[in-house]
Amino acid sequence: MRKLRLPLNKETVKTLKAGDSVLLSGTILTARDCAHKRILGLLNEGKPLPFDLKDAVIYYAGPCPAKPDMACGSCGPTTSARMDVFAPMLLDCGLGAIIGKGEMSGEVREALKRNTCVYFAAIGGAGALYGNAIKKSECIAFEDLLSEAVYRLEVDSFPAIVAFDCDGGSIY
Amino acid sequence: MRKINTEVIEKKIYEMALHAGVNLTPACKTAMNNALKTEKSDAAAFALETLLKNAETAVQKQMPVCQDTGMAVVILEIGQEVFLEGKPLAVAVNDGIKRAYADGYFRKSVCDPITRQNTGDNTPAVIHTEIIAGDKIKITFMPKGFGSENMSRLYMLKPAQGVEGIINAIEETVKLAGSRPCPPVYVGVGIGGTFDTCAFLAKKALTRDIGTASPRGDIAEIERVALEKINKLDIGCQGFHGSTTALGVACEWAPTHIAGLPVAVNIQCHCVRCEKAEL
Repeated sequence: MRKLRLPLNKETVKTLKAGDSVLLSGTILTARDCAHKRILGLLNEGKPLPFDLKDAVIYYAGPCPAKPDMACGSCGPTTSARMDVFAPMLLDCGLGAIIGKGEMSGEVREALKRNTCVYFAAIGGAGALYGNAIKKSECIAFEDLLSEAVYRLEVDSFPAIVAFDCDGGSIY
Repeated sequence: MRKINTEVIEKKIYEMALHAGVNLTPACKTAMNNALKTEKSDAAAFALETLLKNAETAVQKQMPVCQDTGMAVVILEIGQEVFLEGKPLAVAVNDGIKRAYADGYFRKSVCDPITRQNTGDNTPAVIHTEIIAGDKIKITFMPKGFGSENMSRLYMLKPAQGVEGIINAIEETVKLAGSRPCPPVYVGVGIGGTFDTCAFLAKKALTRDIGTASPRGDIAEIERVALEKINKLDIGCQGFHGSTTALGVACEWAPTHIAGLPVAVNIQCHCVRCEKAEL
């Protein structure tokens, strides 16, 4: 299995093909429905975001609370298709990669191609395993959204599969 | 007449919710292991292996098997000879759930449908009560995740569409859901009744252990044929193609109106969590 360090540079993205299994290590940001609504609201109003979108990796996830001896609780992916309406604009604004589960729309696939980005599928339902791959977790925006807030996670050997590559290839 | 204090129900619900969040049902684990043995797609086999490893990790570390610890669905079958005393039943059930979701470090996933404001404690639960004979209370607790709930559908078929129409509705629902509800799925089907009872029957079907056939022969045949058709769709575990798109199909039925044939299809992801108890 190929080990990748996040964020990815475009040269690395070009070598990834749909169906490749990978282990991701580095920084990712969580965001789901409500956080996306707020992020797009800020972008549309021309206001600054509470984090840098450039080359960022967004993970569609809302973790369980962390037990006292852990950095994060269970944290598997949520259904990516609900973010179909948000993803193209974020990719056009510099987002580097997406992690989620399940197929996304043709528009997202086009935006990934246009921006040389990649969509990774994490294994939906493997919340406990992913929670254990998270070494640090910090809420960095929209704290009032609880599990739907934006968390900055440091992950180590996070298993995923390339679902959409930057040439338009798809595992689905 | 048997007196039961609702605090006893609260305590039982608390224990069931804590256990359910961490543990897949034994029948689900068996079905997943069987799926892995017969899987032909490498990517789907990798996903199935990962999920079985995840189930073990959850138990070892006593953490939620899936971060979507669901909306709490509670079915209470109450013997008509039972006299409930203490705090109101719904309050007791919700208090048990509040404590379990806090103590288990489970995600609180319940919110206002319009403002989207989180209720903060995963209540209210969805509580169904039925009055049965006897002096016992049967409790079923099922945390229901929404990645799969979102993919569920209800059809008001014409009577002329019959068994073929029912099977097509089941197959179509799974096909439209595709990779999104975390396949391999468990498919709960309600047949008959009214619009509302049909949906509840589909939910109730999901509380049956995977692999148990309906005691009614013609209904069991619908389950068998539908499962066979679904597993030819080549959606596979996580949508990575492969042999197993569904682990099982369970149908519950009720008499319906001469003018209708309601069919509800409730999708459950592979993370089947369901506890049963009797007081």
